[in-house]
Amino acid sequence: MAYSEKVIEHYEKPRNVGTFGTQKEIKERTDIGVGLVGAPECGDVMQLQIKVDDNTGRIEDAKFKCFGCGSAIASSSLATEWLKGKTLDEGMKIKNTEIVEELSLPPVKIHCSVLAEDAIKSAIADYKQKNSKN
Amino acid sequence: MRAELPKLPMYLDYAATTPCDPRVVEAMFPYFTEKFGNPGSRNHSFGWDAEEAVTKARQQVAELIGADPKEIIFTSGSTESNNLAIKGAANMYAKKPTGHTQRGHIISVIHEHKAVLDPCKRLEKEGFEVTLIDPQSDGTVTREMIEAVIRDDTILVTVMWANNEIGTFNEVPEIGALCHERGIIFHTDATQWVGKMPTNVKKDNVDLLSLSGHKMYGPKGIGALYVRRRRPRVRLMALQEGGGQERGFRSGTSNVTGIVGLGKACELCAADMDAQRQRLGALRDKLETKITNALDVVQVNGHPDKRLAHLTNISFGFVEGESLMMALKEIAMSSGSACTSASLEPSYVLKALGVGDDLAHSSLRISMGRWTTEEEIDYAGDKIIEAVNKLRDLSPLYDMHNEGIDITKIEWAAH
Repeated sequence: MAYSEKVIEHYEKPRNVGTFGTQKEIKERTDIGVGLVGAPECGDVMQLQIKVDDNTGRIEDAKFKCFGCGSAIASSSLATEWLKGKTLDEGMKIKNTEIVEELSLPPVKIHCSVLAEDAIKSAIADYKQKNSKN
Repeated sequence: MRAELPKLPMYLDYAATTPCDPRVVEAMFPYFTEKFGNPGSRNHSFGWDAEEAVTKARQQVAELIGADPKEIIFTSGSTESNNLAIKGAANMYAKKPTGHTQRGHIISVIHEHKAVLDPCKRLEKEGFEVTLIDPQSDGTVTREMIEAVIRDDTILVTVMWANNEIGTFNEVPEIGALCHERGIIFHTDATQWVGKMPTNVKKDNVDLLSLSGHKMYGPKGIGALYVRRRRPRVRLMALQEGGGQERGFRSGTSNVTGIVGLGKACELCAADMDAQRQRLGALRDKLETKITNALDVVQVNGHPDKRLAHLTNISFGFVEGESLMMALKEIAMSSGSACTSASLEPSYVLKALGVGDDLAHSSLRISMGRWTTEEEIDYAGDKIIEAVNKLRDLSPLYDMHNEGIDITKIEWAAH
């Protein structure tokens, strides 16, 4: 399968790889929202973490880890880039179609962009849920 | 000090196909041009020359597998040989004519190549009953496993000699003996075996054997089916009818150049098979040791000893196969199920072995051959380790594993 140049670029130099702590630590931190989507048996698992500035309500940092094909890695890498500096509402507006367009994903790889959108929404929901309890 | 870089892209997919040996091409060459005759032309020297070449090749193929030249039927390759053997035998030995049910029972294994499974499925639609057994978790199939499912109406058993994805051998001589005791026809798809391992169809109790030219340094589009002529004399219903070539089993003008190439390829394999097996086995062991020493959660699939020397199939936990191939794009290998690499489905062969989904998603089949060098294997080993480490740095599953979280216990939302 031929990958687009942008997919290869993200795959070779993925942005914002990492995590803000162990699974346990992350669960306890209220400034961080986590989205863990996909399933190993489907061949894609994305973990997206956002760190939100309490004062501004903006996403100040984002990190990802991804088990998946090159397109899945590129989609989640791109998602972290786009999320940084956005408000939660702006983050919720990122659409998978924008990722498809930016990375020139072929039809068989559209599910990677859908998964990235799910990860974004899931991370934001996690942050909101953690902070609604207080 | 770094050894000289091997030439890239590097080919480590000899189980998919092999390059033609230049000596094979040289042998074929005259039969394209000055010796272009049809071996069916009985009344001039052009035909005689071609026939002589075909006769010689038939002898070369027969010698490699311990057969009589009369027992060799040239085909277009293993797929055709398998189809002719399985459909041809089933229809010949059917208990009832076309149009009926309960026409006879056929036994095979779920990790066979599709070129065996699909003809079996076709026969199922045509009134035969098929039992597909599971291999053991080391990939092997034993005589006892076949014995357990034989029925009074079993007419055909087809079990591959060595598996194409993991290289594991099955108990072919023993299964053949069992079939002979019970009066059942025994076919083996020996595509990956012949030319690499000593073969004697007589002693190994094989009735029908498929082989392919392009897996042993011969050209593509040529193969053969061994059809036993004595004890028992195996009969087949032909699939392709016409001029009655190949003793009526396979009509059509002989592919003389291909046949000559296959013959030469068989002769060359017979000469260097033992030396290659030893050499490549040592390289494979070196590669496996290097990888298993450097990485955790890796698994070499298949039986540790009962397998082909030039092939290894390794699963890497917490790494996805397609991204692994992307990192290793300069090394040609197979990932997942050999013939469906383009799909995202995990390998049905590895599934049959009970390899977990997470492991089956990232397995590499590395297969070496006549021109594989130690430098190449050293380089490939380094690159594989580097790629797996890179992807594990990216893998949330590997993090979880290191934190002691069992990923099989997480409720994943399948998508």
